[in-house]
Amino acid sequence: MKKDPDAIIDSPEFKALVATQWSVSAVLSIIMLGVYFGFILVLAFNKALLGSMVSEGLSLGIPVGLFVIVLAWGLTGIYVYWANDKYDAAVNAIRQSLRRS
Amino acid sequence: MEQQFITTIGQPNLTSILFFFVFITVTMFITYYAAKKTKTTADFYAAGGGISGFQNGLALAGDYMSAASFLGIAGLVSLKGYDGLIYSIGFLVGWPIIMFLIAEPLRNLGKYTFADVVAYRLSQKPVRIAASVGSLMTVCFYLIAQMVGSGSLIHMVFGLPYEIAIVFVGAVMICYVLFGGMLATTWVQIIKAVLLLSGATILVIMVLYRFDMNPVNLFAAAQAKYGDKVLAPGGLVSNPWDAMSLGLALMFGTAGLPHILMRFYTVPDAKAARKSVFVATGFIGFFYILTFIIGFGAMVLVGQDIISGMDKGGNMAALLLAEATGGTVFLGFIAAVAFATILAVVSGLTLAGATTLSHDLYVNVFRGGHANEQEEVRVAKIATLCLGVVAVVLGLVFKGQNVAFMVGLAFAIAASANFPALLLSIMWRRFSTMGAVFSIVTGTTLAVVLIVISPTVWVDILKNPTAIFPLKNPALISMTGAFIAGWIGSVIKRDERAESLYPEQKVRNYLGVSVE
Repeated sequence: MKKDPDAIIDSPEFKALVATQWSVSAVLSIIMLGVYFGFILVLAFNKALLGSMVSEGLSLGIPVGLFVIVLAWGLTGIYVYWANDKYDAAVNAIRQSLRRS
Repeated sequence: MEQQFITTIGQPNLTSILFFFVFITVTMFITYYAAKKTKTTADFYAAGGGISGFQNGLALAGDYMSAASFLGIAGLVSLKGYDGLIYSIGFLVGWPIIMFLIAEPLRNLGKYTFADVVAYRLSQKPVRIAASVGSLMTVCFYLIAQMVGSGSLIHMVFGLPYEIAIVFVGAVMICYVLFGGMLATTWVQIIKAVLLLSGATILVIMVLYRFDMNPVNLFAAAQAKYGDKVLAPGGLVSNPWDAMSLGLALMFGTAGLPHILMRFYTVPDAKAARKSVFVATGFIGFFYILTFIIGFGAMVLVGQDIISGMDKGGNMAALLLAEATGGTVFLGFIAAVAFATILAVVSGLTLAGATTLSHDLYVNVFRGGHANEQEEVRVAKIATLCLGVVAVVLGLVFKGQNVAFMVGLAFAIAASANFPALLLSIMWRRFSTMGAVFSIVTGTTLAVVLIVISPTVWVDILKNPTAIFPLKNPALISMTGAFIAGWIGSVIKRDERAESLYPEQKVRNYLGVSVE
């Protein structure tokens, strides 16, 4: 394949691909950063809240901590699901059209 | 009244020796087999790209779950309770960031190391030299912490002298990497990850069996024995700036660890790379949940006095718990798993360091990119041998020293020297050679200098009354500094050639194919 890279990155399909990829990555990263640093800041400023007892043997901090762990995994799952489904399809479409032109 | 049990830790344990013998035999057999398949540089550095996404996920988890996180975090939980979980969470949240920002560009733009990506369109020599310094410093500090930890662990568990333990670990690790390259290292990681995950799961089942399979009953027993404080956050996070700085180091440091990043080249395509991050994140998260329960199990079933009596940091908690629930046979199994864990982690680090020395420094700097396959593989093997010997020597030199801070330092350098340069080179057209060098040098220097004058080293190790720099981890300043320096360098000296190559890089970054 010998194509002008400038022309490719200026094409609407490629621009749309970059914009979507970038917004998915940015949104998911911001959720992870927000939740984690939110957790840290609650620990720093309102420790008692996470130490409050929900029931015998269970403080609020334990389910919250587990939630952060499961969320981290869930977000990677969402990304994989999106990328395998939508992103790869868009990438393949652009590759196809480059091969044809 | 609960019974006080007498531990056999520190005495030779037949089961342990047996399990360990089996592990060494199996891994050496794999190494022999891998050696026959390891001929080219792609074989040595990246197992020929023939590892599946699921296998690589397990291997990534194997690379990341060190003996320190298994024994150390279980110990921290057993003595401090909830605080241990905060620590684990910090080590996990970097993985989604790798997935969202790094995995695909790394995979599409590089060949064997992250320096391939940083140097993709910049001047090879200065960028490779700078990136190698960041990479090697991360690997070395991490390696020292692992070697010293393994020497004391083996000494404590098996009663073997520290020096013999270090030399033994070094020799086995050199065998794996030298003869089997990435293929053998990957399988050692996979076997170790499976052993560690199953060992920890069995341990958790044996603990929960005594609490009607309900973790809340276990927590309630801990609460009854040691009070509400074990279920609540304690002193680990008190200063918000400290907490933010450590959080940044852990989050972005994970995305800058050379031995983790080079694993993305062992899979055939971007799809497999993604899958491997998903698998790794799941297993590592599951493992941290297990260590939390193991810590509480040890707190209740062994007791804090016995745990801290054996080791002040609580490192023996998981092993004591194994003995308390499953007797010496189970203790032997878990001890062998811990030993396997050490071997796997140091092998991964050594391979990453050797790859930097041969691929980045020797081939692309000293030989200007002109070296044939045989020559590069030979240099990589020599580098492995040298690095292995250096690791053993450093392990001996730092005997008895407090090296726990070195893991934090390795993460700080990874977050400050490796991550900003990697991210800027992928995303910013104007990022220039000068910018890359500025960014890496600033990040490394700030991370090292600031940690020396921080409370971690200046007060705790050098015994000065007050620290010059207030934060325990420098990442907040050093990582920000690296981004600013990268910007300043790129503005001072523009790189026309690099800017003109950016469209081609961008196409390859997104489409995974080269157009020129």
